[in-house]
Amino acid sequence: MESRDTAALMREPTPEGRFGRFGGRFLPEALVPACQELEAAFRAAWADPAFHDEYLGILAANGRPTPVSECRRLSERLGVRVLLKREDLTHTGSHKINNVIGQALLTRRMGKTRVVAETGAGQHGVAAATAAAMFGFECVIYMGEVDVERQALNVFRMKLLGAEVVPVGSGSRTLKDAINEAFRDWVSSVETTHYLLGSVTGPHPYPWMIRELQRVIGDEARGQCRAILGGADPDYVVACVGGGSNAAGTFAGFVDTGARLVGVEPAGGAAVGRGIPGVVHGSLSQLLQDEHGQIIEAHSVSAGLDYPGVGPEHAHLADVGRAVYVPAADEEVLAALRLLATTEGIIPALEPAHAVAWVIRAAGTDALPTGSTVLITMSGRGDKDAEHVMGMLDAG
Amino acid sequence: MSVPEPGFLERHLRERRAAGAKLLVPYVTGGLGPRWTEVLEAMAAAGADAIEVGIPFSDPVMDGPTIQEASQRALELGATPTAILDAVDAVDAGVPLVAMTYYNIVYRGGHRRFAHALSGNGVSGAIVPDIPLEELDPWARAAESEGVETVLLAAPVTPDDRLALICERSHGFVYGVSAMGITGERQSLAASAGVMAKRLKAHTDKPVLLGFGISTPAHAVEACAEADGVVVASALMRRLLDGASPDQIGSAVAGFRQALDAG
Ligand SMILES: Cc1ncc(COP(=O)(O)O)c(C=O)c1O
Repeated sequence: MESRDTAALMREPTPEGRFGRFGGRFLPEALVPACQELEAAFRAAWADPAFHDEYLGILAANGRPTPVSECRRLSERLGVRVLLKREDLTHTGSHKINNVIGQALLTRRMGKTRVVAETGAGQHGVAAATAAAMFGFECVIYMGEVDVERQALNVFRMKLLGAEVVPVGSGSRTLKDAINEAFRDWVSSVETTHYLLGSVTGPHPYPWMIRELQRVIGDEARGQCRAILGGADPDYVVACVGGGSNAAGTFAGFVDTGARLVGVEPAGGAAVGRGIPGVVHGSLSQLLQDEHGQIIEAHSVSAGLDYPGVGPEHAHLADVGRAVYVPAADEEVLAALRLLATTEGIIPALEPAHAVAWVIRAAGTDALPTGSTVLITMSGRGDKDAEHVMGMLDAG
Repeated sequence: MSVPEPGFLERHLRERRAAGAKLLVPYVTGGLGPRWTEVLEAMAAAGADAIEVGIPFSDPVMDGPTIQEASQRALELGATPTAILDAVDAVDAGVPLVAMTYYNIVYRGGHRRFAHALSGNGVSGAIVPDIPLEELDPWARAAESEGVETVLLAAPVTPDDRLALICERSHGFVYGVSAMGITGERQSLAASAGVMAKRLKAHTDKPVLLGFGISTPAHAVEACAEADGVVVASALMRRLLDGASPDQIGSAVAGFRQALDAG
């Protein structure tokens, strides 16, 4: 374990893009100049108050700030006080909008006119297609064939928004392969095209930049929680982790408080929990891989978490002990989705249902003692999963 | 095969160039079929100046459909880095061999152990396209201490200051990417190819080879108007995937050889 000086955590990475021993920029030379250009554009924009005004102004027109709501019936049932940060109430229905608006503004600043993106659950694809429509960019979304099938509604939404959706049939035909294909497009098109990556993964500056673009979740929630809790911070802050963007944005608002930070990974894709350091998609992080270095396919009921890697900053937060990462299994996720629906009238996406599942499992144990206050980031709404969940509940 | 003499790759290519030859470096995916080492031997016999041996990776982001398929098939057939290097060790190609893989394979094996496994099994050089200059040191140190020559890639968008560093730190040869994009066959040689080679030649007297999209002997000849040689991969691997025998791959390589020799 390194120093637990939390004041130094979740700041800028080193010039090489390192968070502790993780991160970096592991890319072919052909893409290095584009990452340097993006880094320079982001640095300049993030230091420019006019950029923040425009970014926050657009987010305000798309549902921000999102509320923090109390879960009275669920809290009573679990014996812990549950608050939800409602990213599900944004335009397009998930936290992904925060990131894409920021990157669309950067795309325009760099003078590029085309964006490519990967998507798993389709939420990032829908958000990217939405931003592309707003800014008039050409937009191509890569999506694994397995996900095209299980998130059919989002495929249709992306097409309605004017994006081209390219099904990816290689490898595991899920998110990891969609990312491969997006990189392949980008290396051929980099002069006109920005790769609008969807999570805190990838080469420097993406993990840092996307955490910063998502920190609006945590920054808002911190003030909102203090208002609700009489000036106190929650005891626990919980978010699901695929690549880790909603968790990183949430944690960024609480890393310097006393709150315990908990990332919930799918049991079949627990990169922090069960991974080994390795390099894929441009950064060094914890990674599910075999003894030879071949990437192992993740397996999760949730397309958005079906990824064998994780953002490098999460690997670092785990390394230094500032956050813990715990698994949730498919069955308990489905049960959690139902419980939240029937007690609170909120149908969560399968991804944040992982965070809810851990809270349900841990409540009343040493991991989450009775009487604690817990903030969960409700990263997205469940509409996209309705058909898929219907099938599973019928079958099971 | 015994441990290659340090610097074998670059020395051999320089000698061949000095003798007036254009350099031909074909590629074979390690573990692609039971006869892949015969393919390697056939390439050597057909006049290859060095041979690239792919160590397949599950997620080859720089590769187009042909090498993706070749990699996936080899992995399905049980290819591992160790098995490929063991098989290479049993072959006496007579020309330098260069391993081509992705960084996670190296990282997982351990820099020093991987470098040692290359040289210990008769492999002179290594190409790892997803290690850019900024991340090169740990691998470069291990490779140098084991006498492995690391070939670096440059791309058409690489600015001059980086190009100079790439030329300085590349060993064996300098690999110019002929066009922005991934590996795979193309109809014609990209216009960027000649410019790429010219820019590299202005920075270095190390052998400069062009690769990516060199699909026909005519492309190879055209590329060698500026470059010292070519790397040919997808055009050969497509034939192998389509069922070509080692002899047939040898004939294809001989076709490139003859065209280059005829100029
Ligand atoms: C609603 C929702 N939450 C979470 C995720 C996972 O992404 P991340 O870990 O980057 O927040 C996704 C990804 O598609 C999603 O759609």
